[in-house]
Amino acid sequence: RLSPSPFPLFLLPFPPLPSPLSHPLSPQAAMTKLGQWLCGLALLGSAWAALALAPPGLQPPAPLRQALLPLPVYLLVAFGCYSLATVGYRLATFNDCEEAAAELQEHIRAARADLRRRGLRL
Amino acid sequence: RFSGIDFEIIIIDDGSPDGTQEVAQQLEKIYGSDKIVRQLFLFPSGTAYIHGMKYATGNFIVIMDADLSHHVRLHFIYCGKQKEGNFDIVSGTRYKGNGGVYGWDLKRKLISRGANFLTQVLLRPGASDLTGSFRLYRKEVLQKLMEKCVSKGYVFQMEMIVRARQLGFTVGEVPISFVDRVYGESKLGGNEIVSFLKGLLTLFATT
Repeated sequence: RLSPSPFPLFLLPFPPLPSPLSHPLSPQAAMTKLGQWLCGLALLGSAWAALALAPPGLQPPAPLRQALLPLPVYLLVAFGCYSLATVGYRLATFNDCEEAAAELQEHIRAARADLRRRGLRL
Repeated sequence: RFSGIDFEIIIIDDGSPDGTQEVAQQLEKIYGSDKIVRQLFLFPSGTAYIHGMKYATGNFIVIMDADLSHHVRLHFIYCGKQKEGNFDIVSGTRYKGNGGVYGWDLKRKLISRGANFLTQVLLRPGASDLTGSFRLYRKEVLQKLMEKCVSKGYVFQMEMIVRARQLGFTVGEVPISFVDRVYGESKLGGNEIVSFLKGLLTLFATT
């Protein structure tokens, strides 16, 4: 059972996390992620091979074949660009929490003072 | 702070000579032994959780690092989130909402985002931050996951979430600020990266 979206769109807002099954404790299909990938690649690969590498009698029209042959490479490059763009965007929007750090230090100070008052010795 | 939430703190000491025992003893005297439960456990750190769970009497368990990288105030936010969606697990995320980090240089941020991206692509875990160690679990869920998970270290944290999703448990997320270890050294060298990749590939192939 494949999950609905293989690649998360980085522009999606805060998605609610869906529970994949109605019954909370029943197991999903036993196929590993590796298994899913291999199946997917085998499916797509055989479809591509059937169309692009067909013997002369069964070939689809020429323009389609010209587009199909380099398709795997194009997809790979497209995925590479997507990855770079996504990681770059996420890197640029990675929050720095100055306030949280300051607040934490303040709470640590207060906690130490409180504990010392109650008799803790460090 | 008394907020109406019933709690106890379980301190697992692995016997290292860092003064934990003395402080824990004093805390127990101050707050009483129904609030502070001390256990000495001289085994590798991953299995300390399993040992600690036997002494927990509540319905939910929060696992956190004791080096104050995580803000204790978050406990209340986590409880709130859990009630909100009746989640089985509540996990903190540095990557969403107003979650974030403090004191990280560009290189570390890049590695973190890159590793997380790879994890998302390969494992599609349904949670945005897998290597965090500040989580709230329903006690039965934690017990069940402990049985199933086999990795160590932070790969163990990742495996918990992945297996939880497999078993159909719900995971809620709360944005958290991860302040770089207030006490203790933080490590992110070549070795760490290699072991992360190994762990990721193992999870990819086995879950």
